[in-house]
Amino acid sequence: MSETDEQASTSGAPPKGPVKVDCRSVDVFYNDKQAIFDISMVIPDQSVTAFIGPSGCGKSTYLRCINRMNDTIEGARVEGEIVIDGVDVNDPAVDPVLLRSRVGMVFQKPNPFPKSIYDNIAYGPRIHGLARDRAELDGIVEDSLTRAGLWEEVKDRLASPGTGLSGGQQQRLCIARAIAVNPEVILMDEPCSALDPIATARIEELIDDLRQRFCIVIVTHSMQQAARVSQQTAFFHLGKLIEYGDTETMFTNPANPKTQDYITGRFG
Amino acid sequence: MSDHIVRAFTEELEALSADLLRMGGLAETMINDACLSVTAPNATLGASVMATDIEVDALEAAIEKRITRLLALRQPLARDLREVLAALKISHDLERIGDLSKNIAKRAGALDGGADGAVLKGVERMGRAVSAQLQAVLDAYASRNSDEALRVWEADEDVDQHYNSYFREVLTYMMEDPRTIGSGAHILFMAKNLERIGDHCTNIAEVVHYLVTGEQLSSAERPKAPELEV
Repeated sequence: MSETDEQASTSGAPPKGPVKVDCRSVDVFYNDKQAIFDISMVIPDQSVTAFIGPSGCGKSTYLRCINRMNDTIEGARVEGEIVIDGVDVNDPAVDPVLLRSRVGMVFQKPNPFPKSIYDNIAYGPRIHGLARDRAELDGIVEDSLTRAGLWEEVKDRLASPGTGLSGGQQQRLCIARAIAVNPEVILMDEPCSALDPIATARIEELIDDLRQRFCIVIVTHSMQQAARVSQQTAFFHLGKLIEYGDTETMFTNPANPKTQDYITGRFG
Repeated sequence: MSDHIVRAFTEELEALSADLLRMGGLAETMINDACLSVTAPNATLGASVMATDIEVDALEAAIEKRITRLLALRQPLARDLREVLAALKISHDLERIGDLSKNIAKRAGALDGGADGAVLKGVERMGRAVSAQLQAVLDAYASRNSDEALRVWEADEDVDQHYNSYFREVLTYMMEDPRTIGSGAHILFMAKNLERIGDHCTNIAEVVHYLVTGEQLSSAERPKAPELEV
């Protein structure tokens, strides 16, 4: 097996199903420092793709390219194409706010708005004009909370502040908020790292449900979590994509020795 | 391959491998002693085979315990996962080899010199062949060498051919002289046991190949001697 600096190794069968996000030769710079080196990959729809790799490997940076979250960082520059349904997200004609309603994001630390549970969910649909009247908005709120597995726990206190929920509930609230605007892609940046194992299991169960409808990309530090929730896994190291393939093969017989070393705890 | 960041993990995997090789060494001794007790009847040899079998069984239990612990505490992945799965499967094959050897030693006791020396030569020959197979496959495991494992896998055909021709030979003796039917039946079972030990060696070879390459060999593709017609 040779060192593959030029091209990422692939493991197992290529991703199944229609492509949702097609990334072509993406480079990312923070001022003069290059953080991502020429990474191309296709992310299939209706499945979960996990990004793994040691801290600073570029996996979060790469994730944030998909909904242009790097725009908000001073000095950050993205080159290459990220095509969703035939349109490059970096095209000047693309409105980043609209893009982010199609490509939702869930962060490491649950970050509900300092508003009621109801308004946390209703906020997005309101500004995007997704509901014509109150009844329709109520419907969206209930539906989103139900799909996030939170409805039963909060239906009697929708007016209380979202920040009063437990950490796991807050994270499910944030997921409900993301799906309330009917996104197509959901990006999750270590969504469980601040949660206990029970809350983590609930989120993982939720991710598994959501993949019936959405394209989900998750960055995680937990190898076991990547193995549990994803169908494809991509391993990043020093800003490069080292290996990308089906999750089962990646965790039983990875093609690249670097992947092998990382997932078996030999460096990182 | 470099060591784990958590050194205890590397040590536990090494200890597992060492236990397995010890178990393999004992199984090899059992085959040799059992076959020797057939051609040169000797009560102490038989007793030693029985005693070694107890040791082999205890090692299998200890290995299983180690593996349970490793899976629960370390959650091995990739090559490490294959190491652990391989150890579990190989220990089972070695335990079976021990049992089959014990059965040969028992039958040697039942024969108690009541068979023609010439006819028993076949047990010795087959015993040498399968013992060499076991030794080779344990070497392949120790050096994590998939090519060596593949050679053992392919060579099982020879053991099967040994068995087929020996089977016919013993059958001929039994037909010629019905008084040898009792001892002949024992000898046929011994030969069958040795042939089974050969099969366990090929199982181990398949596991070693999987451990090293991550690819499963298909038994359907293994070269085989023609089926014995009875």
